[in-house]
Amino acid sequence: MEKLEKYGKRAFFALLLALAIALPWIGLKLYQLRVLTLALAWAIAAVSLNLILGYTGQASLAHGAFLGIGAYTFGIFTERVGLNFWPSLLIAGLVTAFLGLLVGLPSLRTKGPYFAIVTLCFNVIVFKVFENWTWLSGGIQGQKVPCPSFLTQRWARYYFVLGALLLVLVVVRFIVKSLLGITFMSIRSNENLAEATGINSFRYKLLSFTVSCFIVGLAGALLAVENQHLDFTVTNYAYSFNLLVYVLIGGAATLSGPVLGAVGLYYFLDYVEKSLGEYRFVLFGFILIVAIIYFPRGMVGGLSRLWDWAKGRHASYRAREVTP
Amino acid sequence: MTILRVEGLTKRFGGLVAVNKVDFEVSEGSILGIIGPNGAGKSTIFNLVSGIIPPDEGRVVFQGKEVTGWKPYRMAREGIARTFQTTALFEELPVYVNLLIGYRMRTRSGLWDVVLQTPRARREKKEAAEKVMEVLAFTGLAEYAFRPAGSIPQEAQKRLAIGIALMGNPRLVLLDEPTGGVGMEETNGIIELIARIRERGITVCVIEHKMRMIMSLANRIVALNFGVKIADGVPQEVCEDRAVIEAYLGEQHA
Amino acid sequence: MSFFLNQVVIGIQLGSQYVMVALGLTLIFGILDISHFAHGHLYMLGAYLLYILTALAKVNYWLALPLCMIALALGGVIVERLVYRPLRDQPHINTFIAAIGLFLFLETLVRAVKPRAVSVSKPIDKTLSFAGFTIEVQRLIVIAGAVALVVLLHLFIKRTRMGTAIEAVAQDREGAALVGINVNRISMLTFAIATALAAAAAVLMAPLAFISPEMGSVLILKAFVIVVLGGLGSMQGAIVGGYLLGILEALAIAYVSSAYKDVFAFAVLILILAIRPTGLFKGRD
Repeated sequence: MEKLEKYGKRAFFALLLALAIALPWIGLKLYQLRVLTLALAWAIAAVSLNLILGYTGQASLAHGAFLGIGAYTFGIFTERVGLNFWPSLLIAGLVTAFLGLLVGLPSLRTKGPYFAIVTLCFNVIVFKVFENWTWLSGGIQGQKVPCPSFLTQRWARYYFVLGALLLVLVVVRFIVKSLLGITFMSIRSNENLAEATGINSFRYKLLSFTVSCFIVGLAGALLAVENQHLDFTVTNYAYSFNLLVYVLIGGAATLSGPVLGAVGLYYFLDYVEKSLGEYRFVLFGFILIVAIIYFPRGMVGGLSRLWDWAKGRHASYRAREVTP
Repeated sequence: MTILRVEGLTKRFGGLVAVNKVDFEVSEGSILGIIGPNGAGKSTIFNLVSGIIPPDEGRVVFQGKEVTGWKPYRMAREGIARTFQTTALFEELPVYVNLLIGYRMRTRSGLWDVVLQTPRARREKKEAAEKVMEVLAFTGLAEYAFRPAGSIPQEAQKRLAIGIALMGNPRLVLLDEPTGGVGMEETNGIIELIARIRERGITVCVIEHKMRMIMSLANRIVALNFGVKIADGVPQEVCEDRAVIEAYLGEQHA
Repeated sequence: MSFFLNQVVIGIQLGSQYVMVALGLTLIFGILDISHFAHGHLYMLGAYLLYILTALAKVNYWLALPLCMIALALGGVIVERLVYRPLRDQPHINTFIAAIGLFLFLETLVRAVKPRAVSVSKPIDKTLSFAGFTIEVQRLIVIAGAVALVVLLHLFIKRTRMGTAIEAVAQDREGAALVGINVNRISMLTFAIATALAAAAAVLMAPLAFISPEMGSVLILKAFVIVVLGGLGSMQGAIVGGYLLGILEALAIAYVSSAYKDVFAFAVLILILAIRPTGLFKGRD
């Protein structure tokens, strides 16, 4: 049964990946390809938030700011400094990670909702700074972002972001399956016990937060490449909330949950843009409330519960067969 | 040989003196029982020795090294492991992961080891798995290995808490009411487990209410009342001590 | 000097709304252990209700004040029943996430219905000036209204049976349940009072500023800053902290920069937490 479950899961994700690779060739409109590319970039950001929120248990509401910081760092280094694509991408991640470290030092000493509030305060500060400091943000004109020659085609950008997402997923999988990932989870589960078990929880929270910020900085840079333009609204704290919704709806502390949540919701919201207009955002809050009350483990959690339920029925059926 | 020495340990909460100038010693490889009525300051002493709260006065000396006021994770690394009165586990994580967490402080693989899958990361993961197998067998938890810790029976949870403490190869374990809320039959299993811990050369300090159990198990007993040490000696002496009898009678009459 | 004092008075007026909002927040935290992040959005609903009543239905401002308070008190009770009660005994962070859901729901709903900011006119549109002071009458109304409500709340808590029960629950929830206090009733009452206070703050403040869907989000963050720094669950802390933040902010606007007026409080919070992770005053953990 365990084996079957494992292979079933593998087959499902292989199919999903095959579909993702085939999509540009099976009559997808160019516009839809763009929406999907953006959705995948958001998925990277959601995976990064999942590391600190889902696995380490610290609800960061500053990831909107860090996304914007990554995007701007990339934009500024490619357009104004004139650096190449790859070093700029790396710098975007490193600058974001460094700022994450600086923000984490005071804020990770607080716990639970207070950490969420302090990080949200930081996001509001960053947003206001980008709004008012036009030298940095380019003001209303914003910041142009050049596209490297190998990414001028839409499908090329799609595959690039898809590849980046897969790479990030592999790295995050390495982390969460390791003793390091288990350390993160111990803090989420019971921080006092983790401390009494020899784990310096502050240090590991800081590490998880910094890595998470590095990844979200990359996601911001990828968004910038796809849009080829940026303005200060990219640092909006509304994006922190969106990311939170993606992770929780998809399923926190699972590898696939944030990806499914981000791609699914982003694509869905775009799909209903014409029919629902502004009302589509109302769904966000509504879904979040319903989900946290009735499906606290998100979509993936719901699916695995369904699976357990089916398995349980099957098992009890077998048991009845055997017992006289 | 003394492994732990506590001198003049004092802790105040507001106007209340929870622990008042308490001294005691634990010799290596022995079992020390700590007894006393409710609110006598037993758990507070564990919290002070394991670094959960800093003492106001006094010293804690472990293996000849002063460790007073150290943070809990440093105490644990130094070799002082503990369990909590209300069984603390990583409830939603499987039993074997709970144990792995206990071994984490003995490993060194960091972010780069993990991301690049270095030989060290793989070696340590293997070592950790071996240690988990050993402790699962030692605590008799193998059948629960893949169950979430919060879902196994109360008594198995108590053994798991001890198992987590043993994972880090401690020199001293502090057990806070290891048989609290557990039936008579299962209590014997835990007593036997504690005895086997001593056989391994690990020193044990245990807070216990069940007098018969502590008398048969401990090499030495410290009795507390209102934060003050009222007796200290071999079980028979403490058992017959007037102050101890009065403290317990007082509790019954209140 | 009179410019300085003028700013201080404006600061007290700004602080008045912070006090009213932070008091509700700290009450809810102290009594129910809920980080009610959507509190500012109920405040926003109060302001919109005032707009509907006065600008559209032509109800007198002074009549609209109690109407808004009653309506929002009901709104608070509904929120407690529908959103928070199903999550009781769940991890704190789940409640907080539900609050964020409510926050997003209310803000996007109002924005979808009425995207542009609206305004209401002042009931007494006058400016007083004496001895170098100039101040709008509405600002004085805010200050006086806040003082009156805070005194009323204090009397309610100290002098009535219900109030005493609230205080008892705030100090020791399990103990209160043991002596037979109905915690469900208390939690509904607390939400009613807290939300009515927020509605009053909204009605008093509305004539001085635009009414917009996002007016609640920055306000609630500031209220949280006050509550965290003033000690969680401490009413005195909320009052002192609220006035202090108002005055500091008015002075910062006058002497430093108005573009960054909203971030001032947050920068202070992060700085203080960097030095003292548990806040300035000791409240509940």
